[in-house]
Amino acid sequence: MTQSTSVEHGSGHESQGFWRTYLFSQDHKTIGIQYAITSLLFLLFGFTLMMIMRWQLAYPGQPIPLIGKFLGEANAPDGIMLPEFYNQLGAMHGTIMIFLGVVPLGVGAFGNFVMPLQIGAPDMAFPKLNMMSYWVYFAGGVTMLGSFLLPGGAANSGWTSYPPLSDIATIGQTAWLIGMFFLITSSLLGSINFIVTIVQLRAPGMTFMRLPFFVWAQLVTSFLLLLAFPPLEAAACLQLMDRLAGTSFFLPSGLVVSGQVVQASGGGSPLLWQHLFWFLAHPEVYVLILPAMGIVAEIIANNTRKPLWSYRSLVYSTLFLGFMSFIVWAHHMYITGMGTTLGTFFQVTTMIISIPSVVILAVLIVSLWGGSIRFTTPMMFACAFLPMFGIGGLTGLPLGLAPTDIPLHDTYYVIGHFHYIVAPGSIFALFAGVYYWFPKATGRRMNDTLGKIHFWGSLICINTIFMPMFIQGLAGVSRRLYDGGAQYAHAQGVLSLNLVMSVAAWSLAIFQIPFIINFFVSIRKGKKVGDNPWDATTLEWATSSPPPHGNFIRPVEVYRGPHEYSVPGAARDFLPQNDPA
Amino acid sequence: MQEFLGLPPEASTYAHEIDGSMAMIHWLMFVLFAGWGAFYVYSLLRFRRSKNPAARYGGLKSKFPYVVVAAVAIFEGVALAAFDLPLWAKLVKDIPSEKDATVVRVVGEQFAWNFHYPGPDGIFGRTDISLVSPENPLGLDRNDPAAKDDITTVNQLVIPVNRPVIVRLTSKDMIHSFGIPYFRVKQDAVPGQSVRLSFTPTMTSDEVQEAVARFYRIDRATDTDKFSVFVAQQEYRDKEGNVLLAKGDGITPDVAGKLADAGIGEVRLGPYSPIEVACSQLCGLGHYRMRATVTVVTATGFQEWIKDQEAALQQ
Repeated sequence: MTQSTSVEHGSGHESQGFWRTYLFSQDHKTIGIQYAITSLLFLLFGFTLMMIMRWQLAYPGQPIPLIGKFLGEANAPDGIMLPEFYNQLGAMHGTIMIFLGVVPLGVGAFGNFVMPLQIGAPDMAFPKLNMMSYWVYFAGGVTMLGSFLLPGGAANSGWTSYPPLSDIATIGQTAWLIGMFFLITSSLLGSINFIVTIVQLRAPGMTFMRLPFFVWAQLVTSFLLLLAFPPLEAAACLQLMDRLAGTSFFLPSGLVVSGQVVQASGGGSPLLWQHLFWFLAHPEVYVLILPAMGIVAEIIANNTRKPLWSYRSLVYSTLFLGFMSFIVWAHHMYITGMGTTLGTFFQVTTMIISIPSVVILAVLIVSLWGGSIRFTTPMMFACAFLPMFGIGGLTGLPLGLAPTDIPLHDTYYVIGHFHYIVAPGSIFALFAGVYYWFPKATGRRMNDTLGKIHFWGSLICINTIFMPMFIQGLAGVSRRLYDGGAQYAHAQGVLSLNLVMSVAAWSLAIFQIPFIINFFVSIRKGKKVGDNPWDATTLEWATSSPPPHGNFIRPVEVYRGPHEYSVPGAARDFLPQNDPA
Repeated sequence: MQEFLGLPPEASTYAHEIDGSMAMIHWLMFVLFAGWGAFYVYSLLRFRRSKNPAARYGGLKSKFPYVVVAAVAIFEGVALAAFDLPLWAKLVKDIPSEKDATVVRVVGEQFAWNFHYPGPDGIFGRTDISLVSPENPLGLDRNDPAAKDDITTVNQLVIPVNRPVIVRLTSKDMIHSFGIPYFRVKQDAVPGQSVRLSFTPTMTSDEVQEAVARFYRIDRATDTDKFSVFVAQQEYRDKEGNVLLAKGDGITPDVAGKLADAGIGEVRLGPYSPIEVACSQLCGLGHYRMRATVTVVTATGFQEWIKDQEAALQQ
């Protein structure tokens, strides 16, 4: 996007004109930036949906100020939100944040931009496939957004889309399923490309154990996407047939909805959908978190000025985690009527998968020890990731054990748990990545003061949003309630927290303004930097900022591991991977 | 720990055991978080650039972090084997004989809970979806001899204290979830399948109301809508002895004004129906109001209730 045309084009690549350079580019860096901007916009949009919901939770049944009258008579007559609309916002917040925001930012943007540079490749293995992956993702996003304009609005059965509710929901659900086809297809195209690129296009000397951890994270993530998404694509196909072709894959016999017997052949199982859905959606959790861990590991090594503590443990734990993530899915389903055999299996696998997570977090925290820590903006976000992800991970324990899951299941405790993983966890790491690689993509640095305002404001607000959710959840307050639980006696003691959380959410929005200004202003006005402003070791810093088409002007060769900082006896405190010295 | 976590009253036999597990696992969580947190904060302070200008290539020499990981693994293994798996088995499998229990069919629908008691004969009457109507949401065939004494209620579950309850749970339309926070009970009601679950209430509704009652500040400016689910737990009079707020009555703006006039700034309130069934699985636009009350009464109170219901059926 900001790649200067004056940059010397490596290996004889010719200038390709505006359309091929900026819009239908096959250059992984341009595609990465396209993914970054699109997914950041989707994150903002998904967050906006939540801010509207938070009004209804703080002030149930009161007209929404400012934007209320623009939401449409079908959604919010006189500015007062209807339950139908609340459910649409909830379903689409989840869908957009996960499938259009965090995953495309972590994989599509950072994976695309950084990974080929880090392994010393000229581009992705299949550049056309890469371009297609972005545009299919874009089509999926447009489909999801457009669904708000359909009669009955967007999908309203939760991001989990459980039948029978989703089978008989308004037409927005059909749009959701079609949107998911696009997004899944995009992920599949991307993941095969990533795997082939990492396996085939590493520079000479870049052995697997010399890969930056970020690349390992992307490799495992790609395998998860490749293997876990097809079951959901099949399931989405079945649900689409239930809705359009009169099949009953997920509809049992004898349904009576609103006093009317449902005319369907019946014989299906609603639980089949849940198994297929969670078979994707649990590995999906690791798709959300692994790229974030990759980013954090790189930034911690760079800013502590020392190698990661036990890189090998990190790599092996990640591989093991990836494998285990395929056999824990039904821990989302303990209360569907699961017996003891299945319950035992999934509780045991869930406890087992917590161990590699503990190891990964331990490695990252222990890596701080003995460092010479620079508190740059990316490092502050990366450091905050550690305790935030820690809270998210720890609160997974009582949910992973079936007896303690009973009172907590489907309460705000669950919402708090996974938001700690994804929001102050993954999204903080992604912000760290934006600040860290922005100079590589643009040749300019983002402003540090604005970055720190963004950091501290976000950290305080985000904890004020999610910490009270644990309190509400422990008191037994269910999630997905249009009035936030106002009708329930057991919710009364913790109801006042709804306002606290809402105010914190709106304040969080205010603290994103410095980031947005910083991002756009720095593209043109940021302080100019050289090739390697962070004194880093990995290969993306061995080329110009921004890198030319083809990435490296001269072929690179790799001589050592990824994080050789503060090597005793070396002249400087970092030894780049391509430095033969 | 239970108090720190703010867990609601334990009104059934399993509630205490589940809370025990909950407290234990939260202890582990707090210890891990505090331990790692201390290490983390100390590292950030001690190894900041201004304090420690040159990093140490090798980092931490000790293998202690692996000891911590191993300890966590052992703790989790013990918690699973000794507590959670046996407790889960008990919750799922330990269902008493129907002879020794109060048996209720529970059928969820958008957006209400239907309760179906077999009546004195102990046999549930035949149901048929073709008979479903607004007056007969369960489609109960009243011509079936076994159905003649069946009692049905909507959004009102009445059960006796200290006697096991067996619920046969299903749904007519969507997936609902039969959650009773004060009993630590939650089970999805899935259409097309019937699940049995069992619990034993240990507190009557009156006892629970007393246990969760609290003093609330009331003045003229109080938004009394916020107290719509509460009733007074004791009587309040002015100096002349006129009753301003009777026990069991709710607060209205008028009453709040009178209390303020009489100089009463705090009143003790408890929820009108403290034990409730909360649907906890998104089931459509009315999910948030899919609430039923659970009235736990004494054994004699339950017999009287059954008698009243049977009398109403005869008419």
